[in-house]
Amino acid sequence: MTGATAVAPALETCALSKSFGALAVASEIDFRLERGARHALIGPNGAGKTSFVNLVTGALRAGSGSIHLDGADITTLAQAARVKRGLARTFQINALFRRLCALENVTLAVAEREGVAHGLLRPAGRHRAIVEEAYALLETLGIANQALLPVGGLAYGRQRLVEIAVALGLRPKVLLLDEPAAGIPSGESGVIVDVIERLPAEIALLIIEHDMDLVFRLARTITVLVQGRVLVEGPPGAIAADPRVREVYLGQRAGR
Amino acid sequence: MIASEDSAARTAAIDAFARRHRFRPLETLPWLAAVAWYFLLPGYLPLGSQILATILFVLSADLVLGYAGIVTLGHAAFFGTGAYVAGILAANGWGEPLSGLVAAMLVSALVGLLSGLIILRTTGLALLMQTLVVAATLYEAANKAGWLTGGDDGLQGMQVWPIFGLFRFDLFGRVAYVYCLAVLFLGWLAARAIVHSPFGRSLIGARENTARMHAIGAPVARRKLVIYTISAGLAGASGALIAQTTSFVGLTSLSLERSGNALIMLIIGGVGRLYGAFIGVPVFMIAQDRFSEIEPVYWYFWLGLLMVGVVVFARGGLLGLIERFRR
Repeated sequence: MTGATAVAPALETCALSKSFGALAVASEIDFRLERGARHALIGPNGAGKTSFVNLVTGALRAGSGSIHLDGADITTLAQAARVKRGLARTFQINALFRRLCALENVTLAVAEREGVAHGLLRPAGRHRAIVEEAYALLETLGIANQALLPVGGLAYGRQRLVEIAVALGLRPKVLLLDEPAAGIPSGESGVIVDVIERLPAEIALLIIEHDMDLVFRLARTITVLVQGRVLVEGPPGAIAADPRVREVYLGQRAGR
Repeated sequence: MIASEDSAARTAAIDAFARRHRFRPLETLPWLAAVAWYFLLPGYLPLGSQILATILFVLSADLVLGYAGIVTLGHAAFFGTGAYVAGILAANGWGEPLSGLVAAMLVSALVGLLSGLIILRTTGLALLMQTLVVAATLYEAANKAGWLTGGDDGLQGMQVWPIFGLFRFDLFGRVAYVYCLAVLFLGWLAARAIVHSPFGRSLIGARENTARMHAIGAPVARRKLVIYTISAGLAGASGALIAQTTSFVGLTSLSLERSGNALIMLIIGGVGRLYGAFIGVPVFMIAQDRFSEIEPVYWYFWLGLLMVGVVVFARGGLLGLIERFRR
C-alpha cells in the first residue's frame, strides 16, 4: 500500500456476475469509479446497464464477485445499509411519490438520511432544518417555484429534476444516474446537463445514458458494456475512435 | 433585492408546508357532533356507542390500508381478539374495564406483531389471502375453544365493573357512550399524530413508491410491521369497547363480514384521509339502522345500492366528493 494506490476508489466491482437462468446480465465485470469521477456507462439496449446499477445498489443480489464502496466490502449489505454508506441512485423511469409535493419528496430523503424518519410524535413539517435543506435543493435545481405542487402533475422534465433532487437529499458520495435525460425532448436535455455539471465535484458520478451528446459533454471516462461484459474503457476521444465500439454500438446506427 | 424576494418565497413555502400538519378548526366537527348526539338523541345512545367504537376500528384499518397500503381482509382478527380478551376477563372475575381495555390492546397488538412478521413479507393478492387466513384461523380457534369462549353460543356472563369504581354502566347507555367517546378521542389523537409524523409520511412514501423508499434507505418492512402492530392494538381496543358496553362477545366479532364491512365503511367515507371512518361509519350504521326498520328483509339491498352509488359517483368516498366541490 504505497502512494496513490493507497486511496481506495469510490466504488469498485471485482468479477461481478449475475445470471437469470441462461441469461447472463453481468459477467465478470471489473469496474472502478474514482473519487470525484465523471464516468459514463454506455452500451446498446439489453447490455445490462440497469442490471449493473441494480447489482451495485443491492436491488439485485450479486451471483458472484464483490462490490466495494470506499474500500469496504458491501456485497452482502442490504439496500438501505448501502444508502447509509453514501450510495444513491436515480431511476430511468421516474420513481417519485406522485401524490406528494416536490418539497415532501425531497424531505422524505433528507429525513431518512438524518435518521428522524422513524419519529412518531413531532409533525413532519416542524422538523424545520430538514425541510429547509430540502427546499434549498429544489432552489439549486431551479424548481423551487413549484415546491408545493404534487409531482405527478409537473411537466416531465421537471419531474426528472425532482428525481435527481431526491437522490441529492441523501448527500451521496457516489451517485448513479440511470438515464437522467430519458423521456425528455432533446431540446430540453440542456437543463439536465447544466444541473449535472454543477453537482459538487466531490460526488463520484456514474451516468448511464443513451444520449451521446450528453455523454460526450459530461464524461471524462467512458465504459462500454455489451452483453453483460465490459468491452472497452477509456477517455471519450479514444472510445469514439475505437473500431469495436463503432461496430457494436455507434455502428449500428451508422449502418442503417 | 432579488435575494430578499427569494428568501421571502422560501419562508412562505416552508411555512405553508408546516401548516399542512397544523390542527384545523374543521377537525373539531366530529367531536361537536358526538357531544350534540349525547344531548339531542338520548334514545339512541346505544347505537351511538356502537358507532363510536366502530369508528375506532375503521380508523385502525385506515392506518394500514389507506396510509401504509397494506391490503387486508382480515382486520377483524384484531377486533375479535380484543373483544374476547376483554370479554373473557370480565366473565372470569376481572371486570375492571380500563385494565381490561389495556390487556385487550396489548394482546391484539401482539397478535398483529406475530402475524405481521409472517404475512407482511408478501404484497397484493398473496397478502390479502394471508390476512384472510389469519382471521379464519382465529375464528375457528374461538369456535373450537367453547370452554373458554362459549363457541357458537357466544361468551355469556360478563360482569363489567364501574369505570374508576364510580360510573356504573347504566341502562340508557350514557356511561357507555362517554366511555367510547373518550377512548375514540385518545385513539384519534394517536392516529393523527402518527399520520403527520415523519414515520407516517414515510409510510405514505412506501405506499406511493416502495422501490424508491428502499432506494432512499428506508427500512420499509420494519416500518410496515410497526404500523400493523399499532393498528392491531387500536382494533383490539375497539373490540374491547363493544364487548364491555354490550356485555357480549360472539363469533361474528372475528368474521369475514366484520372485516369486509370495515372496508365498505372506509370506502364510503374515503380511504387514506384519517376522517373517512368518521363519515363512513355513521352513514353506514345509521343507514343500516333505518333500512332494517323500513325493510326488515331486504335492507341489505339498499346498503348495496349506496355502495354502488359511492363507487360510481364518489371516487375517494364522500370525503373525496366534498374535496372536489370545495375546489
